[in-house]
Amino acid sequence: MKFAIVVHGAPYSDQAPLSALSFARAVLAEGHEIYRVFFYQDGVHTGNRAITPPQDEVNIQRLWSELATDNHIELIVCIASALRRGVLDQTEADRYEKSCASLDPAFTISGLGQLIDAGLNADRLVTFGC
Amino acid sequence: MKTLLFVNTRPPHGSVKAQEGLDALLMGSAFAECSALYLGDGILQLLDGQDTTQTDQKNFSLTFGALRDYGVDQVFCSKTQLDDKGLEPSDLVINVAALVDRDIAALFSSHDVVLNF
Repeated sequence: MKFAIVVHGAPYSDQAPLSALSFARAVLAEGHEIYRVFFYQDGVHTGNRAITPPQDEVNIQRLWSELATDNHIELIVCIASALRRGVLDQTEADRYEKSCASLDPAFTISGLGQLIDAGLNADRLVTFGC
Repeated sequence: MKTLLFVNTRPPHGSVKAQEGLDALLMGSAFAECSALYLGDGILQLLDGQDTTQTDQKNFSLTFGALRDYGVDQVFCSKTQLDDKGLEPSDLVINVAALVDRDIAALFSSHDVVLNF
């Protein structure tokens, strides 16, 4: 079965990115496919590579990036949500003349059409965070 | 083609979540047949006469008038919750069908995909 995962909550402020990560691992462990993970609203902060938690806490951004790289999963952050929250890749940082990019390379900036496409083409769409 | 149901439960202001839910609905309407359901405080998004000039927030309620142009003419709310808030359909910025609870349950099962905002 093809799953699409949507994350609305911010890392650390909200359990959503970690719950979604556990769900994604379970989906893969059961032999299913992840069509796409779409980070929307405060969920876009999950891609912030500047995240620096204390040493005795997990780095949620890094866990997602590792899962995606190891399993070739597409991690999309919504461009409108990301830009208004200061989550930019190098292209957007250059475009808006910001001094640094903050999005980890395992994540890709794209549009809301990717969320709709995931809803239409995955067998199940599961949302984490309200 | 699959049908999408956008469920909106957030009040209009205090966070950008409601506005971003409407953005998703507008985008969805370009790709598929979309319906919108406003539950709980979500119905407050549709209140007519909102004024955000003193809060530095965007008055996105003006955008609801464009939903019909986007092909979204199936907009619903809960009749019970409308009554609980002391609101009438005429208090809302667009025409909304107020459903009894049983019909809301049917609405969920009649759509292929449900997106929560």
